[in-house]
Amino acid sequence: MTGAERIAAAFEQREGRAALMPYLMGGYPDLATSLDIAIGYAEGGADLIELGVPFSDPLADGPVIQSAGTAALAAGATLDGVLEVATKVAEQVPVVLMCYSNAVLARGTEQFVADLAAAGVSGLIVPDLPLEEAESTSDACAQAGLAFVPLAAPTSTDERLAVIGAAVQGFLYTVAVAGTTGERGEQSSYGEIIARVREHTSAPVALGFGISTPEQASAAADAGADGVIVGSRLVREVGEQEDPASACRALVEQFARALR
Amino acid sequence: MTVPQLDHRFGPYGGQYVPETLMPALAELEAAWISAQSDDQFQAELGRLLRDYAGRPTPLYLAGRLSEVAGRPVYLKREDLLHTGAHKINNALGQALLAVRMGKRRIIAETGAGQHGVASATACALLGLECVVYMGAEDIRRQAPNVQRMGLLGATVVPVEAGAKTLKEAVSEAIRDWVASVEDSHYIIGSAVGPAPYPAIVRDLQRCIGDEAREQILEREGRLPRRVIACVGGGSNAIGMFIPFAPDQEVELVGVEAAGEGIESGRHGAPLTAGGRPGVLHGSLSALLQDDQGQIAEAHSVSAGLDYPGSGPEHAWLRDSGRATYVAVTDQDALAAFEQTAQLEGIIPALEPAHALHYVLNVPSDSDLDLICLSGRGDKDLAEVLGLLGR
Ligand SMILES: Cc1ncc(COP(=O)(O)O)c(C=O)c1O
Repeated sequence: MTGAERIAAAFEQREGRAALMPYLMGGYPDLATSLDIAIGYAEGGADLIELGVPFSDPLADGPVIQSAGTAALAAGATLDGVLEVATKVAEQVPVVLMCYSNAVLARGTEQFVADLAAAGVSGLIVPDLPLEEAESTSDACAQAGLAFVPLAAPTSTDERLAVIGAAVQGFLYTVAVAGTTGERGEQSSYGEIIARVREHTSAPVALGFGISTPEQASAAADAGADGVIVGSRLVREVGEQEDPASACRALVEQFARALR
Repeated sequence: MTVPQLDHRFGPYGGQYVPETLMPALAELEAAWISAQSDDQFQAELGRLLRDYAGRPTPLYLAGRLSEVAGRPVYLKREDLLHTGAHKINNALGQALLAVRMGKRRIIAETGAGQHGVASATACALLGLECVVYMGAEDIRRQAPNVQRMGLLGATVVPVEAGAKTLKEAVSEAIRDWVASVEDSHYIIGSAVGPAPYPAIVRDLQRCIGDEAREQILEREGRLPRRVIACVGGGSNAIGMFIPFAPDQEVELVGVEAAGEGIESGRHGAPLTAGGRPGVLHGSLSALLQDDQGQIAEAHSVSAGLDYPGSGPEHAWLRDSGRATYVAVTDQDALAAFEQTAQLEGIIPALEPAHALHYVLNVPSDSDLDLICLSGRGDKDLAEVLGLLGR
């Protein structure tokens, strides 16, 4: 089974509920602990895991994920280290890697994608690689059987959504709010953006950015999201808890329950 | 999607490596700039402000005593005499007018030396716009007078505590603000960097420097200079100075970067000079200081305006295509030129163009006529320089 097929299967298995896709900063607080946390996510009910590669200048991320990335780098995290985590996690759930474009360029697009495939990664999200710049990466992913997952935003025009929607592999990462990653108190009305992107794609729609409580997760599912991505809330938990793996496992269980 | 009409790529460099959230705003900005360029009323208003408010055209000055030291005539293009003290006002006024045209009443800016922050705060005061300026905490310390000026002008200065707390982090934070506020805010980027169409817009707004200087030197000398020299942080004063001379193949274009503590020390701000693999920072592909993992390195320079690990994409292409050359000058040498220019000409330059001055005054050349962009004045640097010189 290719990575893209594995992602498709994860969405198909849901039997009417939304898939839960928690985000994890690879190498935070260190590689070994981040692996434990990922296993905690899987045991807590994650359907897929979004695994972040730390970057020095993450433009799409708010303070929590930014500082987790800085800490991971300070603790010596590298792409290869994060890929080792990916390989182990992928034994349990499909892994979608999230990294910034300079990490792809630094290794060379072909080699980067080959290394992901060899590590058992199923898909790739690059938040600073809009479709205009994505051709070579997206082609390399397609060749290797990986899903190159594009992003749609509330500010995207219908014209852009049509092009993005037609290019989706795996699922459409739909950004719930105009802004960076980070917890948001308000319960946004998720219905509008989901309805808009649905008009342009038949692929699963996963909603992320700002979803930080089980109530918000279930509201996203009720609004029609096929998948729900939870990031900063969990990353914050890692920073605040003595035993982050079990704390995150418990938190993921709450999110999973809310989606049942 | 819309067909780009401004330059998006300079050779392989440039592009739009930004979150999807910003892509529609970049398209809107591009369309607004294209229509403004052919709008006589917009151009007349910008021209009026540049002339009556900012002080254009700036003089071209034959620096007699510097010429003696250099052994050849040295002309200075006096951007230091502009309102707010640097070339940054050319860009800030143009983009602030563009923001008004787009109906955006909140302005975001980043600043390193504080000159672009002051210029943006000034343009916003003039046009009645709200202004938020991101500035690294280290730069807030070393460019204190500019922080006070921005406050007085009614801008909000937001300290950025991440990383080395300098220009790179300030740009990142400004972009993050814009991602969240793009519907009602315009980001006035301060140099010829960032995602397309910014490098082209900033170049277009800064080329008045070179257009004027070319005309002035032809009038004065009856010929073109042998060399045109400018300091390069992100590269806005340099690109504005270079572009009008680019078709004149006999004119050498020299960009002077910050060598900091020396290129070999690794503590510098000279990605174009140092070479190496290009990379993506702040939305475009260009020459960049980075490690083998693609993590962006911290730059170092005594001058906050050159303390940046990236460079404008058009400069990377001017370098690769052989049209311009890039060199670097250390902290220590720039400090010496700062003092020398003050004492020989009665002109206190900003630390940024002091790098270009040092190059012209001290590096041997067979040039017989040099033109330097004196991009700004050094009032902002006094306390820092006197401290470093132990006075
Ligand atoms: C006086 C002066 N010159 C030069 C620069 C460097 O910027 P750029 O390379 O965009 O001209 C700055 C930046 O703050 C500046 O204040």
